[in-house]
Order: sequence, then C-alpha cells, then structure tokens
Amino acid sequence: MKHRHLLGLKDYPAEDIKSIIDTAFTFKEVLERPIKKVPSLNGKTIVNLFFENSTRTRISFELAQKRLSADTVNFSASTSSLKKGETFKDTAQNLEAMKIDAVVMRHPTPGAPLHLTKYIDAIIINAGDGTHEHPTQAILDMTSLHEKFGYLKGLKVAIIGDISHSRVALSNIYGLKTMGAEITLCGPATLIPPFVEDLGVNVNYNVDEVIEWADALNVLRIQRERMGGGLLPSIREYRNLFGITRERLSQHNKELVIMHPGPMNRGVEIDSSVADSDQAIILNQVLNGVASRMAILYLLLGGKSEGGKD
Amino acid sequence: MDFSKLKKQVILKGGKILDPIENTIKKSDLVLEDGKIKALGKFNSNKSAHLIDCKGLIITHGFCDLHAHFREPGREDKETLESGSMAALAGGFTRVCVMPNTNPPIDSPEVIRYIVDRSEECPIYIHPIGAITKGQEGNELTEMGTMLSEGAVAFSDDGLPVTNSAMMRNALEYGTMFDIPIINHAEDLCLKQDAVMHEGKVSTHLGLPSSPDLTESNMVHRDLSLTDLTGGRLHVPHVSSSKSLDHIRIAKRKNDKVTAEVTPHHLFFTDNDLQKFDTNLKVAPPIRTTSDQKALIKALKDGTLDCIATDHAPHTIEEKEGTFDLAPFGMIGLESCFGAVNKVLVKENNLDQLDLIQMLTTRPRKIMGFNDNLLDIGVNAELTIIDPNEEWIFSRADIQSKSYNSPFIGQNMYGRVKYTICKGHISVI
Repeated sequence: MKHRHLLGLKDYPAEDIKSIIDTAFTFKEVLERPIKKVPSLNGKTIVNLFFENSTRTRISFELAQKRLSADTVNFSASTSSLKKGETFKDTAQNLEAMKIDAVVMRHPTPGAPLHLTKYIDAIIINAGDGTHEHPTQAILDMTSLHEKFGYLKGLKVAIIGDISHSRVALSNIYGLKTMGAEITLCGPATLIPPFVEDLGVNVNYNVDEVIEWADALNVLRIQRERMGGGLLPSIREYRNLFGITRERLSQHNKELVIMHPGPMNRGVEIDSSVADSDQAIILNQVLNGVASRMAILYLLLGGKSEGGKD
Repeated sequence: MDFSKLKKQVILKGGKILDPIENTIKKSDLVLEDGKIKALGKFNSNKSAHLIDCKGLIITHGFCDLHAHFREPGREDKETLESGSMAALAGGFTRVCVMPNTNPPIDSPEVIRYIVDRSEECPIYIHPIGAITKGQEGNELTEMGTMLSEGAVAFSDDGLPVTNSAMMRNALEYGTMFDIPIINHAEDLCLKQDAVMHEGKVSTHLGLPSSPDLTESNMVHRDLSLTDLTGGRLHVPHVSSSKSLDHIRIAKRKNDKVTAEVTPHHLFFTDNDLQKFDTNLKVAPPIRTTSDQKALIKALKDGTLDCIATDHAPHTIEEKEGTFDLAPFGMIGLESCFGAVNKVLVKENNLDQLDLIQMLTTRPRKIMGFNDNLLDIGVNAELTIIDPNEEWIFSRADIQSKSYNSPFIGQNMYGRVKYTICKGHISVI
C-alpha cells in the first residue's frame, strides 16, 4: 500500500483500491463460514474514535476488527472528556500514550483525520470527516458494484441527492474516477457544489434522463433538516423532482442497480418498494462494508503491509 | 533581534538612500545625532560615533502599517502594545495603526486615550483606529469627534462589517466633518454563512464550507456607492478579490477619496495552499484563487490598490491547533511582510523597488495624514535599512510577536529588513 493511512480517496492509487477490493472478496468468504473469525490482527489494538454519532459505520468497523481478532476500544465524544473541555490534541495524545496501533476516526470537521496524523503515530483511518471524505464507504460501494457487474471501468454510476453535504459522494467520485467509471451527479442545484466540473463528473438535473443513462444509482440520504430552509422547498417537491419511486422506475424499461449508503429516509429519497426490491443491493453493501473494512484494516495493519510513506 | 538605545552619534555608512518622496536612490552616508537626522553626504568615521556598515543595503523611511491587531486591552496573552511593537520593528515598521476589536473595544475617547498613553512607552508610534459603532454592534455611532481629539486616526469596526447600510451611510456622512478614513471590513455575513474559505475548485475538493468572492465585492460596491452619495472618505481594507478590484478601479476614476490596501498573505498564497488544512491560512477575507492573486498584483501596479497593510492578527497556539472549523480567523504578518511582498512583487513580478517602498511608507502615511518628511534634517529618525537581495527562510525565530500563527514559517523570502531605527533606538534584526 502506498499510503500508511487511509484519509481519503483523492489521489489514492488504483492498484491499492484494486487490492482492497480483491482482499474484501476473500474476507467475504470468511464471513460466509460458520466460524467467521481469523487471527490476522491478533494483538493489534484499534480505537474507534467517534466525534459524531454513527451506528452503522461504527458497528461495521467494530465487527470487522473483531472478525480479524484485533482488540478494540470505542470512544464516542458524547461520553468522553471532550465535554469537559479537553482539546482534540489532548484526546489524541492520550490515545497515543496508551500504545495503540490504529485509530478509526469520525469527526464533523473536514481535514480532522489529517490533523490527527500531526499528533500521533498510529495508523489513521478516516470514517468520515464532515462534508469532506468517507473513503471506506466508497470502497465498500465499489466492492459492491464490482461484485455485481464484474468490472468498474466504463461503468455508469449516478449519484442522486444532496451532493454538497455528502462525504459519500466526494469519496465515491474520487474512487470511481480512479477506477475508470463514469459519473453523473443528479440533485437540486442548491445541493450540487459549485465548480463540481473540476471533479470530472457530469451534472444532470433530470433524474429520468439519468436513469436512462445509468447502470447503477447510488441514492443518497436527504436530511430532513435541509427541507423548508433556503435549500429545498419541501419533501413533496423533492420527491416529484428526484425521488426514486416505483412509478418512476416502472416508466423505464431497463435493468438498474440501486444502492444507498444508509440510513435511508424511506418515502423521501427512495420508496420502500424500491429499497426492498431485487434490484436493490443495499443489504449487500452492508455485508460488503464489513468485508471491505476487514480488507482495509488487514492491508494497513496486517503482516503484509510494510507501510508505505505518507 | 537585538534592541538597544542609539549612541549619541551614529553614522550609517556606505549604503544607498531610497527617498520615496523624491523617487530617488542615491549612494550616501547618513548621520544621526541624538536620534535625529543630522546630515546626508559622505562622512568619515570618528572614534565617538557608532558606525553601521550599510554596504549593499538600502536606507529608507520606516514602514507604516495601517492595519494591525495588538489585542490590548483584553487579550494580552496574544499580543500587547509592547510585543506588537517588537514584531513591528522586526518587520521594519516604525508606525502602526491598531484596530479597535479589543475587549473592551476601542469605542470611546477614554479607551483611545488609554492606547495613546500606553503607546508613549512603546518603541514605535502606535495610532488607535476607533470603532465606528459602540461595542462594534452596528447600532450607534461612536463619539468620533471627541475620539479624534484624543488621538484616533480613522474609524473601523474591523473584524465585523457594518452590515446596516444606513449606519454605514451615517458613518461616512459624519466622517466628512473630519476628513478621516472610514474603513469597513467588507463581508456580507448572510452570504458568508459559516464559510471558512473561498468558494472555488479547491473548496469543492476539501469539503470545507465556503463563500464566493461576491461576499466581499458586493459590500465593497455598496460602500463605494455610499461614498459617492455622501462625499465621505472610504478606505477599503484587505482587498482579496478580483471583483472588488473592478469596483474600486471604476470608483477611483471619479472619486479621489477612495483608497485601498492589500495584505502580504493575499499576495503570497492562493487557496491551493489550503490543501493541508493549515489553520494558519484561515483568514477573513479568505485566501483566494491564483487569478485573484494576479489581479491584486496588477492592481498594485496600476494604482487601484494604494498600499500594503499586514492585518497582523495574533492568535494563541491553543486556538490555532484545533480543527479548521473552530480555529479563529487571522494570521500574524508584521515580521514576514517585507521578505514576502518583495519576493512576490519585485523579484517575481518586476515591480520597481521604489514603488514597493512607497506602498509601505509614503502611501499609507498619506492616507492617514502622517508627516512624511522622514529624511529631512532635524526630524526624529524613523528609518528602515534593508538588504533587498537576501534570500532566506522565514522561521519561528524571526517572530517577535507573542503569537506565532504564521503560514510563512518555512517559506522562502527575498529581501530582508536588517535594522529599524525609531524613537532613539535601533533594532538589529
């Protein structure tokens, strides 16, 4: 692996993404066994440092760590000394003093994982930094797409919804572009970042045209907080323009894979009848999430990684 | 930096004197006696005089900064008038105007008097800029007339814009009685929201909240229009965007009461430099694009921008080593100013050395109405001696400020201040 940490997928080498995906498939086999545990990271200590609420990502990481036999500690800001005014730097240095091998961090501020590398020597894995990146989500999405289609190069992926506030979108864009996929973004103009063309993607506000074009839709969560403010008029309006509904899909006579990073707002950005249908691979994504995170942890912390420079 | 009292007689020998008023650079020695300019010409050393070898160096007016935050009263942990003075001397500045966003703010004749009294003990000349509105709250005008008689030189709510257009109009109108500059920190806070950087390609990659250049230029345009309406004097601080320059350029064609400044950091850095999330580059207005940077350089050359001002803004390490969202806006800038602007403007963009010195001396002094006969016989020496060609790397050791929130640390500089002479003292840098 070229990089010692996994901070983001911007400029992340294609061959490393490829080996993570390949390794994820190996671990997925492990997860299908009656005994789902391997000793690969026996003796390694990993801290899950969550400054922001998370259920799925944290559980997915924790499970991946346990399946690899690592020792894990969970630290969430709500139960920690941060409330007593401890600084980010103190928290980081305290962890370091306890001789840990890796930190999986979620933080509301873009750049926080990079910031953490200044204070501690442990391997850092970004589990989401504000509206910046969420590289492990993008890797599990790519693993799922690769599993489904058998290839990523030339694959047409549409990302639908709130792109501006989405770390999932940015990491997916970087990763998929590196792997040679084509990307179209679709969502309300107020939720598409300016200068988005610099990311090498297409933008189309017409979701029906996007559906016609795409091989797969990655439907992002629309947060209810965005409704009724300055960005979006109403849920009804959003559903009319961008909602992935059964009625809308039935107007298109084509095969289409539906993804969602979760948690879903059923009835807002996606209908239950779509989310629960055969064309949705949403629960595969969840299982691939564990396998992909096992692969990432194994490759960054395991015996094989001599540790590249970062 | 070595700071000491001047000997009775000092001979600055073998250097060139750059006179920014006469627009000349001439080889000449310069004799100081009792801290005053005694004579220019050619002099031999005598035993009692302190001889300073100025071979290869340029002797010129002490620099003048229209925009610094010395944090006194209220945040003496970040900077005091004394520590700010030492930072100024290290940067070749002998005269600094300090902004009023202190705690309490400099918004009354009493606080102005406090700053003026305190600065008498300081080794440079410090001039307080008074707040435009009481408490910088944007609601009530301060007692400008009385504050001026106590020593205020201009008015600004810097750090915060005067949002209410009627209040800004009133400030400009009221200011016409005194013919002093009104300085408005131009940022439309509604458009800015929670932005921490410029909205552009880089912000899209970094995922940081950002706001467009219009955040500045819309308010600059408003202020320029209000200046037309009222006949007031407007000085636009820390211009950062190409769009603001367009407005200022047009306004200046018909209105000679408009002036504008630019900071070294907006000339030196671009938003590309934020890729590492360095909180020392978090400033307001934000560091903008390469094309804005080019426009700023051009605007200095064509006179749209009048002068360079540092916006020296000290913050504690504790505040700056937090995450990007929590870190306060601002960087220090006095010590690094000359090496940075001389590199960008003179070395890389062929600006005449004389012009650059004017942007640091006569031009800011003219805006504030300070005397500028600094090379006349008999005046108190306020001089800066520079090596225009020294290549060096700015480091923590070059900082005299109490704070060291500087993204210039580790940067290559071109040209260096070697001595600063002010108030009967000499700083050897």
